[in-house]
Amino acid sequence: MARQQPGRLRQAFEVYLSNHGRAALGALGRLVRDWTPSLMTAGVIGIALALPAAFLVLLDNLQSVTGEWGGDARASLFLHKDVKPEAYRELAQQLRGEDGVAAVSIIPPEEAMAEFQRMSGFSDALELLDENPLPPVLVVEIASGRAPAQIEALADRLGGLPQVARARLDRAWVKRLHAMMALIKRGIWVIAGLLALTVAMVVGNTIRLDIENRREEIVITKLIGGTDGFIRRPFLYAGLWYGLSGGLLACILVEAGRWLLVDPSRQLATLYGSGFRLHGLGLDDIMLLLACGAALGWAGSWLAVGRHLAAIEPR
Amino acid sequence: MIHFDGVTKRYPGGHEGLRGVTLKVEQGEMVFVTGHSGAGKSTLLKLIPLLERPTRGQVVVAGINLGRLGKRRIPHLRRRIGMIFQDHRLLHDRSVYDNVALPLVISGVHHREVGRRVRAALDKVNLLDKERAFPVTLSGGEQQRVGIARAVVTRPPLLLADEPTGNLDPGLSEEIMHIFEDFNRVGVTTVIASHDLALIDQLGHRHITLSDGALVGDAIRGARDG
Ligand SMILES: Nc1ncnc2c1ncn2[C@@H]1O[C@H](COP(=O)(O)OP(=O)(O)O)[C@@H](O)[C@H]1O
Ligand SMILES: [Mg+2]
Repeated sequence: MARQQPGRLRQAFEVYLSNHGRAALGALGRLVRDWTPSLMTAGVIGIALALPAAFLVLLDNLQSVTGEWGGDARASLFLHKDVKPEAYRELAQQLRGEDGVAAVSIIPPEEAMAEFQRMSGFSDALELLDENPLPPVLVVEIASGRAPAQIEALADRLGGLPQVARARLDRAWVKRLHAMMALIKRGIWVIAGLLALTVAMVVGNTIRLDIENRREEIVITKLIGGTDGFIRRPFLYAGLWYGLSGGLLACILVEAGRWLLVDPSRQLATLYGSGFRLHGLGLDDIMLLLACGAALGWAGSWLAVGRHLAAIEPR
Repeated sequence: MIHFDGVTKRYPGGHEGLRGVTLKVEQGEMVFVTGHSGAGKSTLLKLIPLLERPTRGQVVVAGINLGRLGKRRIPHLRRRIGMIFQDHRLLHDRSVYDNVALPLVISGVHHREVGRRVRAALDKVNLLDKERAFPVTLSGGEQQRVGIARAVVTRPPLLLADEPTGNLDPGLSEEIMHIFEDFNRVGVTTVIASHDLALIDQLGHRHITLSDGALVGDAIRGARDG
């Protein structure tokens, strides 16, 4: 008896697998046989998934382009007033060699004073001062392609130098751009959520019709002792296949769109002297799209099956 | 095998399908249920696989009190009961083979075993040569035999048939009834609703009569001896 147990367990497992395999392949066969409506359903799902995916890819590309322009970030270092010209020239030279620094320019106190007099109109009042109150300033251009956090860290480090009294980071532009992109990204995710709901509802409705069409078969299966799980299974797999094929279609649509944009975008990049290349879906994006499609299809059919199968009872 | 105790079935709307029926069918018996149209024959049969639940009274099948059987256990009850219907209830988009295999697939019988048992069942109803055919291409009698093969393929201890010969001519009806007798002979309890009184008399088995939902006759007759 005890020796029989593993064999029976294995057989039960085999039966379980073959039940699922049969349901999965049966559902797939049914979709392929009746391919026109299946393709239309997959098409709706594909477009609904492709839209947010394409926007996210586009935004990713935009982010990598604006990364190249990130050099506009700059920090102004106000030095202590007693730092001598030789000292701040040496400091500037030293900073030029630092990682993350693209260029350093010097504004000596005299130059700053002259400009201030010119711009403020206080020239007479300023003449009365017997000493120039302005400190020497170093303007540090930060190298491109840095994240806001990296830029801030660099500015902090520069602010900590002994010769520096105060560092001011001029990063409004970068901050605004990143905030805008974050906003757009959030918007795309909201739209993606709504489209995901659409996918689930489309699959749910398709499965509902499918259940209606196979009412007699469901009744007969219940009559001869089919469990709810057995009856549910092919419909759940059908939902899974719809979602998966929709996800696949979405990948194809996004890649086709990229293919159409590759040449013009390269021309544009060349005009700007940039080596930018439009990148598409990575392997992990493709996996994510397929998984989303499959999960949404499964969820949609789960909802339909839960609502409509229980209502069919044999008489 | 089957025990009805004071069973009443009232349908929504007030129609009474059965009224206070008490009866017992022993294991291995063959029983005919007769009565006029609307007498309650179908209702009586439907209470056994829990296609309906009684309004009052108690039904016990194979030692199981159906009143206490949860919804989730119903499929397992139905797998032990072979059911045959007047309108066959076959799946028209599947071959004869697939129709007969369905109960085995549902019960999780290993696929190596399925082919053997389907052919054995088709052999018993003389349809071995039609396993690839689709039900619509078969005659009424052949479709009914497919229905019987599907009912017996899991070797259930109990067979229920609701007017299985209702649409068949007398010759075919007799043939179908003989198939049921064959199964009964190997120990399968068989309950058949029919109003073919001539044929029932000729076969000579226990014979229950319903009228307006009430049990009005229960006669056990010996086989006809001329
Ligand atoms: N689903 C139902 N709803 C309402 N009344 C029903 C239903 N099924 C049967 N009946 C009624 O119950 C009675 C018995 O019906 P039934 O058991 O089908 O009789 P039989 O099979 O002997 O012709 C009839 O009066 C019929 O109208
Ligand atoms: Mg009837």
